[in-house]
Amino acid sequence: MYKGTRRRGMELWTAALAVYAFLYLPLAIVVAYSFNDSRLNAEWVGFTWHWYQVLLHDEDMLLAAGNSLFIALVSSSIATVLGTMAGIAIHRYDFKLLNFMVLTPVAMPEILLGVSLLLFFIQVLNLTLGMLSIVLAHITFSIGFVAIVVRVALAALDPSIFEAARDLGASQWQTFRHVTFPLILPGVVAGGLMAFTLSIDDFVITFFTAGAGVQTLPLRIYSMIKIAVTPEVNAVSTLLMLLTLTLILLASRFAPDFLKRQDVFKGKA
Amino acid sequence: MAQLEIKNVTRRIGDFVAVNDVSLNIEAGEFFTLLGPSGSGKTTLLRMIAGFDLPDAGQILLNGKDLADTSPEKRPLHTVFQSYALFPHMTVVENITFPLKMSRCPPEETRKRLQEALEQVRLTGKAEKYPHELSGGEKQRVALARGLINRPRLLLLDESLAALDAKLREEVQVELINLQRDVGITFIFVTHAQTEALALSHRIAVMNQGRVEQVDEPSKLYGFPRNRFVADFIGHINMIAAQVIESTHSHVRLAVPGLGEITAPSLPDASAGEQGTFSIRPEQVRIGMHDEPAELKNHFAGTVHSLLYQGDVSVYRVKLADGVMIEALLPNSTPGRAELFEVGDAVKVGWRHDAGMFLHG
Repeated sequence: MYKGTRRRGMELWTAALAVYAFLYLPLAIVVAYSFNDSRLNAEWVGFTWHWYQVLLHDEDMLLAAGNSLFIALVSSSIATVLGTMAGIAIHRYDFKLLNFMVLTPVAMPEILLGVSLLLFFIQVLNLTLGMLSIVLAHITFSIGFVAIVVRVALAALDPSIFEAARDLGASQWQTFRHVTFPLILPGVVAGGLMAFTLSIDDFVITFFTAGAGVQTLPLRIYSMIKIAVTPEVNAVSTLLMLLTLTLILLASRFAPDFLKRQDVFKGKA
Repeated sequence: MAQLEIKNVTRRIGDFVAVNDVSLNIEAGEFFTLLGPSGSGKTTLLRMIAGFDLPDAGQILLNGKDLADTSPEKRPLHTVFQSYALFPHMTVVENITFPLKMSRCPPEETRKRLQEALEQVRLTGKAEKYPHELSGGEKQRVALARGLINRPRLLLLDESLAALDAKLREEVQVELINLQRDVGITFIFVTHAQTEALALSHRIAVMNQGRVEQVDEPSKLYGFPRNRFVADFIGHINMIAAQVIESTHSHVRLAVPGLGEITAPSLPDASAGEQGTFSIRPEQVRIGMHDEPAELKNHFAGTVHSLLYQGDVSVYRVKLADGVMIEALLPNSTPGRAELFEVGDAVKVGWRHDAGMFLHG
């Protein structure tokens, strides 16, 4: 009996390892070759920091990275505020159209969103494409994601606690400040971090709304690999990966202790 | 003037009339219970008192002042919810002092009241715990303390004992009675559990399909139900179809098909010829082998159809002539069963002339 169990355990481990290898091996190779002392991504020659030094002196790249960070910070901050408000509204009012309107951009193909935003900015707003148009576009597609996460966080809570707050003398604003907001904060932060990562690595929508003047990191990488995948691209990808990973870890560490308990939810005594 | 006056309150939800023309007067310091099956409108009524819902018609007055334009947070009353609705991100202390924080109570006063409240509900040792670290009974006490700390005029309790297990519930009932007496605040308690209502309340309003069927003290409600619904909902009762032969100021004589005549206490508006129901509580029915029940005014012969041994009491179902069934309840006052009737035994059942009652319909 034990033998059989052990063998099945081995099979499961093998299968799991294969899946993880499929997911992470390509990423691992990108990281590995960013330290490779060769101009080609062909064979391992030796360890070097060279490509990171090249990166630090590549002014176009630094500018693109700065743009991306700026766009991600601004758009995710605004999207977090608007998305949280939308999430609360969708949860509180049974208003199907609002739900539909906020969440549609999430499901919409990016290419479609990109084209329509481009037309809208140029033909309707008569806007010169640039930083502003990219930020607006990123806010547009991020709001829905934040709203979904916030709504899920709200739906997991016992609805009578909001009534209890009012009943015990809290105004609408006090209820939000002392009860609703602290309880959905993990959702808000998770939604915000999601908006940030979505913004920083967005290519399609940015491509349509950037115009000629502004370059972001993904656009820069794309224009570089049109010629060849240099180890410099590997290096910048590695840094981007590191940033994303840090954000994910932050998001998961942020959930306060009380929210990790199942019995907090739905008023289960 | 009653402390809380509910005047002709009606609440429709779509086509459904949740509360239908309800009028009640609740006195200061009363333990008042709204009792009824689910869907009877008791919770809707409570929510209207709390301010979470508004009447479509009628008024709710507190000390003579209409509450219609007062939002929930401005009403001098608090609710203890069925789920307790404790704030999961706050400790026991933060939960209990929440109302004081909202009303910007000075820290000195807050500390004093908190100390009192913690002692009152015996939670001093749990002050820094979070709700998920508490037992069901402790959560309930936190909810009570939180509801009472800024001394509201009224405390509304919505099925507040329903989440506790049976043994604990009995304990909490006693605590609740004592607490209400100590703080002297009016309690309005909503429940579907009739034994709970009888045990706790000064007065009970029995609700059914949005209407109030009867408002009375527990013993009156149990002893003198006004109609079939109340009689059936509160406790167990035997119901036998009967027709009035004669109605006098002292008694009514009833004809029961197959049994003959029953004498019951008078019902002022019963008239000869009226069809209705004779009802009697099982504990008022005597059962015996011999002639003891035969000395009673109403007595009939039958056979034991079934018996339910319940430990403290035994319930006998006796089949009388013409298939009429009657339940008799016998306390097991000696070890084992008090009287050992078995299924199939020929027995006599009887009751006093002043027991039981005639009900319309």
